[in-house]
Parts: sequence; C-alpha cells; structure tokens
Amino acid sequence: MLDNLSINQRAAILSLVMLIGGLLIWEAAIPAQKTAENLTEYEILMGLGQERAGVPPPSDVLAKAWEELSNPFYDAGPNDKGIGIQIGYSIYRVLSGYILAAMVAIPLGFLIGMSQIAYKAFNPFIQVLRPISPLAWMPLALFVIQDSEASAIFVIFICSIWPMLINTAFGVAGVRQDWVNVARTHELGSFRTAFTVILPAAAPTIITGMRISIGIAWLVIVAAEMLVGGTGIGYYVWNEWNNLDLTSVIFSILMIGVVGMLLDTAFSVLQRAVAYAE
Amino acid sequence: MSKPFLSIERLTQTYPDGKGGTMTVFENASFGIEKGEFVCILGHSGCGKSTIMNILAGLAEPTSGVVKMDGLEVSGPSLDRGVVFQNYSLLPWLSALKNVTFGIKARHPDWSRDKVEAHARDFLSKVGLDGDVVNRKPSQLSGGMRQRVSIARAFANHPKLLLLDEPFGALDALTRGTIQEELLKIWSGTEQTVFMITHDIDEAILLADRILLMTNGPYARVAESVEITIPRPRKRTEIVEHPNYYAIRNHLVQFLGHRSKELAGQQTDADDLRPETVRIDHTQQDSAGHNPDTPPLRAVNH
Repeated sequence: MLDNLSINQRAAILSLVMLIGGLLIWEAAIPAQKTAENLTEYEILMGLGQERAGVPPPSDVLAKAWEELSNPFYDAGPNDKGIGIQIGYSIYRVLSGYILAAMVAIPLGFLIGMSQIAYKAFNPFIQVLRPISPLAWMPLALFVIQDSEASAIFVIFICSIWPMLINTAFGVAGVRQDWVNVARTHELGSFRTAFTVILPAAAPTIITGMRISIGIAWLVIVAAEMLVGGTGIGYYVWNEWNNLDLTSVIFSILMIGVVGMLLDTAFSVLQRAVAYAE
Repeated sequence: MSKPFLSIERLTQTYPDGKGGTMTVFENASFGIEKGEFVCILGHSGCGKSTIMNILAGLAEPTSGVVKMDGLEVSGPSLDRGVVFQNYSLLPWLSALKNVTFGIKARHPDWSRDKVEAHARDFLSKVGLDGDVVNRKPSQLSGGMRQRVSIARAFANHPKLLLLDEPFGALDALTRGTIQEELLKIWSGTEQTVFMITHDIDEAILLADRILLMTNGPYARVAESVEITIPRPRKRTEIVEHPNYYAIRNHLVQFLGHRSKELAGQQTDADDLRPETVRIDHTQQDSAGHNPDTPPLRAVNH
C-alpha cells in the first residue's frame, strides 16, 4: 500500500507516527497525581494532598495552547497579556534591530567587498567583535542608552550585523570579473554597476547571510527579554517559570520554535527568488 | 598613407617576472584595421593575443603605445567597442532576451521599453533564436545558444568595432560551423568592423578578410598580414574548392608550425614594426605581389 505513495507522503506519515508516538510516551511517563479522596490519613498529614508542580502531560499543553491561541491579543495588565501581544513585541524588537543592522551591514559589506584596503582595514575589528556573545553588550548598552527597550534592540543589532556584513563582503568580492567586464564594456556607472550587476550577482550570498542573522536574532531576543523584562516572549517564559506554570512554559517554548521557523521560511522563499544557476 | 580606421601604434606590454625584472610579452606592435574589415589574429598561446584584445576593449592598459580609433585615442571601455567573450559572459540571472536588452538599454537610454524589446528580439532572431527560447535563463541554454545570445547582444548595439575573443573556442565542431555561418550572415548585412581572436585556421580563413599572424612570445610581434583572396559570400563547404584555399591554409600552417618559433624573440631595432603583407592568389597568376616567403608554398599547388 505504501508503495503507491510519493516520498513526501511517506515522510509525512512517518512524521505523524513519530509525533503521536512521542506524545503518547510523554503522556504515559507523567505519573498521575492522586486526588484527595484516595489518600491515606498519613499522606494527608504529610501534606501530599496538595497539588505538586510537575512536568505537565501533553494534553494539558494542548489545552493551554487552545486557550491561549483562541484569544491571543488580550491585555489584562502588565503580567497578563496574550501570547500574540508577547510575540508581537519580540518580533518588533527583532525586526527593528535587524533592519538597522541590515542598513549598516549591506552598504559596509559592499565597500569591504569592493576594496582590498577597506577589507584589510576592517578585518581585525570584525574578527574581534564577531565572537562576542551579544548578551555581553547588555550591561554596557543599558548604561549608555539608559533604556531597556532600546538596549534590547541594540543587542539584536549587534548580533545580526556580523553574518550579513561578512556574507555581503564575501559575495561582492566573489562577483565574477567577466560580469564586471560586461558592465564596463557597456559603460555603466558605478551605481548602475552596483545595482544591475553586482547586487544580483551577490544576492544569493547576501540573502544567506541575512537568513543566518535572523535566526541568530531570534535566538538572542529570548535571552535578552529575560534580562530586560516587561514584555516579549522571553519575558513571558521567565514570568511563567516564576509562576511555576510549566504548561505555559512548554507552550511558549513551542511558540518560539514556530515563529523562528516562519521567519526562516520567509528568507528561504526570498533566497529561492534571487537564486540563479551559472 | 592615410591613417586606417583603427590604428594600433607601437603597443608594448611588459609584466613583472616575479624575480624583480620584467617580461616583455610583445613590443612595438603596430597594425591597422580598415572600416568594415573582418580581421582575425592567429598565434600560439602566450603571444599576447588576449592582452591585445583587452587593450582594444579598454579593459587593460598597455605598458606603452596607443590605440586610435577614428583618430581618437582609446582609453577605458566604451560602447563603441563591443566585446564577445569566450565564456559568453551572459548575466545568469537574466533571461536571454533581458541579456540583450541590458546592452541596448545601456546604448540607448532614451528608447522606450517596447522599442528596446523589439530591437532585441530582432537581433535574437537573426542568430536563430525565436519564440519561447528567448525567455530562458542562460543555464537552460546550450553552449551554442548562449554564444548566439552573446553575439546578438554585441551586434544589437552597433559598436564601431566588434571584438570577438575566441568566441567559438568552447563549442563542439558541429555547433561551431553553424554559428560561424550565422556570424557571417549577421555580419554581411552590416558594415561592422570586426577583430577576432581564434585558434582555428579554417575558421579564420572562412571569416576573415585578413589574418594577422603573431610570432611566439616573449617579444612577440605581429609578423604577417595574410590577405584572404577568396571572394565572398563564402560557404564552409565551397571555399575548400577554391584554388587559393589550400595555398593560404598551408602558408598559415607553416607559419604557426615553424616560423612563429623561428621569428620568436627577434628584437629588431626598427621601432615601428608593421606586419609584412602576404597575398596569395592563384586565380590571377603572376599578377599578385611576389613575396619571398611564398615560393616554397607554390610547390603544394595544383
């Protein structure tokens, strides 16, 4: 029967089997808590009748997800906002920092890629600054900027700039001389050469850098928001941990994964749009 | 003697040899090309053909010497000098049609989009590319088709001088033959001046009005200018029947086989080395100019 299905269909079936199997094992592994009626007197005396925090079974997480996702944008005060609002804040911070980084990294990458001198002059700074964990900038950013919101955006900026900068420079430097010669023999000026020849030629490499950057930015925002607090999905995870609401913690972990996947998918679509075969 | 349309004067190219000295590729090379002429240059690798081509295109600067076109000194690349590169140099993210319109838009920025596209389609159809093929990307085209697009792009711009850098070098023999004839067809309608590098003697005889022969490097020079005394229009299958064909061919083979080596590295004191004109014509016996180089070749004749 399976022979008639395409590879994709078979893979989908296998994925589904793994998902259901995993959830069943998870569900079965959670020990049932005894309800008060079934306790012995000794157990009641020992305080075991009280509800204990434990890893929730997947059915609870699903119920939580249903509840949250059916009303994602409610706002009932600083510590009780819908998941949609929290994710919205995180995406807003990520995109602000990311767009600022792109505005710096892509032109600068062009310069570095076009000029040997610029490349050699910038290289030591890039090599030293790139390996710094973005969160290490947080105290300095908080002190200098004096604003937690802007500091979070700065941390996103500083972590997403490097892959874009390096890939843009690499892509621009690697544009085939033949194509540049085509531009030269057609008397194109520097700007037209940059936009009609170098940019499309380097676009796949640049987009790859942007895709890596958005992935890193999404990783970093969760940690940054745990530190700065207030709003955002990172803060939400930490807040629910403080509430010992593990169901919400697991639910929000899944949401972080889903949003990250969507961001990555958007860039893979873009990547396919600018790809070319030589 | 009036100045030719394109005049290459005392061109010298030296490169550092990596040991502190310099290596002279060619020295004081001088020759001219008339308007509307189709000139091929033949020579072994390393004699500096491609360097001459790049200098003519304006993509490289000679160590000394000048190139004058229409009496004006050439400096930097220009739309007046179109280039067809050996590796086609099509922009892979653009369709065949867009690759041609890319050139036309650069040449005629004031043209409307429709006019540019009609002009591009016209030239693509001249090299046998019609219909849906023109919307394909270069990666979806065969090598021969890519080179056709490249030729269409160059001709569509009506450059004063068209430079062809071994345009058929990467193609198989059968495709090469077809495209050579297409090149002749598209060329014959125009008064296009063409300068072409090739390694293929038969190709040069088929296409050229005149073949320049280079000696081996270093200190290479353009030693001879051989006139192709076979009337046009020429067909690949027919020119082999012409009485001059094998005489010319043998002369070229002898040159590339022996004399390019013998003449190599001879530094003469003359500072303006014009190539010696060779005219081999058996259709009008004895009226042709006698050349001291030709007698041994006579023996090969019918």
